[in-house]
Amino acid sequence: MPAINSQNANTETPQRPLLQVQNLRKYFSTKRALPAFGESPPVRAVDGISFDVQKGETLGVVGESGCGKSTMARLLIRLIDPDEGTVILDGKTIGGPGGLPIREMRSRVQMVFQDSYASLNPRLPIEESIAFGPISAGVPHDEANERAIAILAKVGLEPRLFVHRYPHELSGGQRQRVNIARALALDPRLLILDEAVSALDKSVEAQVLNLLSDLRKQLDLTYIFISHDLNVVRYISDKVMVMYLGEIVEIGDVEQVYEDPRHPYTKALLMAQPTMDPNRRTKEAPITGDPPNPIRPPSGCRFHTRCPFAEPVCAEKVPPLIRDGEGTRRVACHLWQEKSGHSKAGSDMAKELSYAG
Amino acid sequence: MPDDRDILLDVRDLHVKFVSRERTVHAVNGVSFELERGEVLGILGESGSGKSVTLRSIQKLLPPRNAVLSGSIWLDGEDVLTMPRKQLAELRGSDVSMIFQEPATAFDPVYTIGDQICETIVHHEGISQSEARARALELLELVRIPSAKQRLDTYPHEMSGGMRQRAMIALALSCRPKLLLADEPTTALDATVQIQVLLLLAQLQEELGLSIIFVTHDVGVAIEVSSRLAVMYGGQIVETGPLAEVVQSPVHPYTQGLLASTIHSASRGHRLEAIPGSPPNLEAPPTKCTFAPRCPYVEAACTAAVPQLEPLSDHRAVRCIRSEVGQASAAFAGN
Repeated sequence: MPAINSQNANTETPQRPLLQVQNLRKYFSTKRALPAFGESPPVRAVDGISFDVQKGETLGVVGESGCGKSTMARLLIRLIDPDEGTVILDGKTIGGPGGLPIREMRSRVQMVFQDSYASLNPRLPIEESIAFGPISAGVPHDEANERAIAILAKVGLEPRLFVHRYPHELSGGQRQRVNIARALALDPRLLILDEAVSALDKSVEAQVLNLLSDLRKQLDLTYIFISHDLNVVRYISDKVMVMYLGEIVEIGDVEQVYEDPRHPYTKALLMAQPTMDPNRRTKEAPITGDPPNPIRPPSGCRFHTRCPFAEPVCAEKVPPLIRDGEGTRRVACHLWQEKSGHSKAGSDMAKELSYAG
Repeated sequence: MPDDRDILLDVRDLHVKFVSRERTVHAVNGVSFELERGEVLGILGESGSGKSVTLRSIQKLLPPRNAVLSGSIWLDGEDVLTMPRKQLAELRGSDVSMIFQEPATAFDPVYTIGDQICETIVHHEGISQSEARARALELLELVRIPSAKQRLDTYPHEMSGGMRQRAMIALALSCRPKLLLADEPTTALDATVQIQVLLLLAQLQEELGLSIIFVTHDVGVAIEVSSRLAVMYGGQIVETGPLAEVVQSPVHPYTQGLLASTIHSASRGHRLEAIPGSPPNLEAPPTKCTFAPRCPYVEAACTAAVPQLEPLSDHRAVRCIRSEVGQASAAFAGN
């Protein structure tokens, strides 16, 4: 909700984004079995993305598999090193000479993963799992354990019942609460949630989403919420970033983007959602085919191979991600950029184009 | 009710338990339903609700060493559960076929798509290789795989996820099944691909008059494909009826909770009505309403005995002692 954002913005002047990402890039090399076959092209997982996250806001990230959303998360928390680009946390560049050391960054940025079981040590009781981070950051054992107990209560797990349990003794929803507790144990500013509720059943997912909303208010947290589920992202986010094959195609306030999507891919993604109304079933798929392979992404606009409005210019020129009209929305599409060379370029014509069905 | 319906499948009081040395899991506890020819039944439930086990029972595709089945599954007048093994092998893939969640693991990686479809047709129908290959080509065209002729000679790993799932549908349809079983066939697919596969299934169902049982955990997916819905919880059907009626005026508190906790565009800004607690552990057979520990309307009678699936009207049935009260309140809320 914009109202919440502007309040935060007013209390903290001058406004500086909590996180600034500039031209972040990561290619993964694909090695051949035999060197004689030569070097093969890399997977362009994240290909030069830039965005800011303001304090107290939730940025939702959506896109299909292979769009680079999880790689981006891992780059932000430096589980993998970027090939290029800078990440600035609270005004300090992360890593490099004179920058914010990675260890220190990790006490301010934490992450919750999709698989609640695989991300906990099966041989550590819950209390020790949660206290592990603070202890390794130099907090005395007793204090760390006390902190673990306090945080367990915060995530809705009765400490008395849970501190001595092991991960396999918990349900999926309870385990994910433990993972959230562990992420909070270092008192971070920014929490990256990578498909954190995707593996949960719907009834449990709703519980965890309510918990995340409460924690954000109580602890003044900032979230990056990655999910393939557009409804969940709309529910929890203030801003949304849509990715396709390693690039940002559209980013803006969540209601603006969902109510009036600009990029044809965003439109298609929204229209592909199954309906909740039995009387209004989907009649026609917005786009055909599967997302292309990020090893050899299409030239120009990467969506042009599936875009019903594509023209020759789309295969030739890469559309820049630029501000669209008033507001903070940015779109990377020739349709929405005047003099781009697309015959329907310029907002009035572009508005009329829509998918069938 | 006058019975002029054409019943293809009649499942009666199905129980399935898995017995191992460490523990016993009562996965399905008295499931009964009928499927009319040409109908699409969506079975909706969360993990552990018994939906997939119910589906697999119809082909008796459960590990014989530790799955104990009872009840009966009548398919066109024959009981699948008492069928001799040889007849069962004939049934699988011809009269009843299945599409799975993960097509990458359902196909054999070392044979081409065409070979695998041909093998099935030759095995079940005893026609020649070349006839089978012609049929395989028709099938790939039927499921709208572009340049189908070349695709016959590709291996599963050379196809994208959506194409593989289309190929799996082609394989499932290769022997003109009476009944198609679908176990979360679109869950592993991307959003823009999922809708394509759902629409393909809906079109094929209409063109070929298929009878389908579609298992899913996703309410939206169930709405896109089903004509009738059965909601499962704790190994039992808790509510069943025509799709629109169940979705628009759910009666069982679990169905109500499931629909309320499913996030949709109108949820934003509201606190979600989550169902408290977690699904039941099924180590003992139910002795009470399995939803009672999470139910906001629980009363003494709920824990005294297992409630029966009682008919509400000609087409609807609910397993809840409050079903009449529930219907009244739901109807009220619906207006």
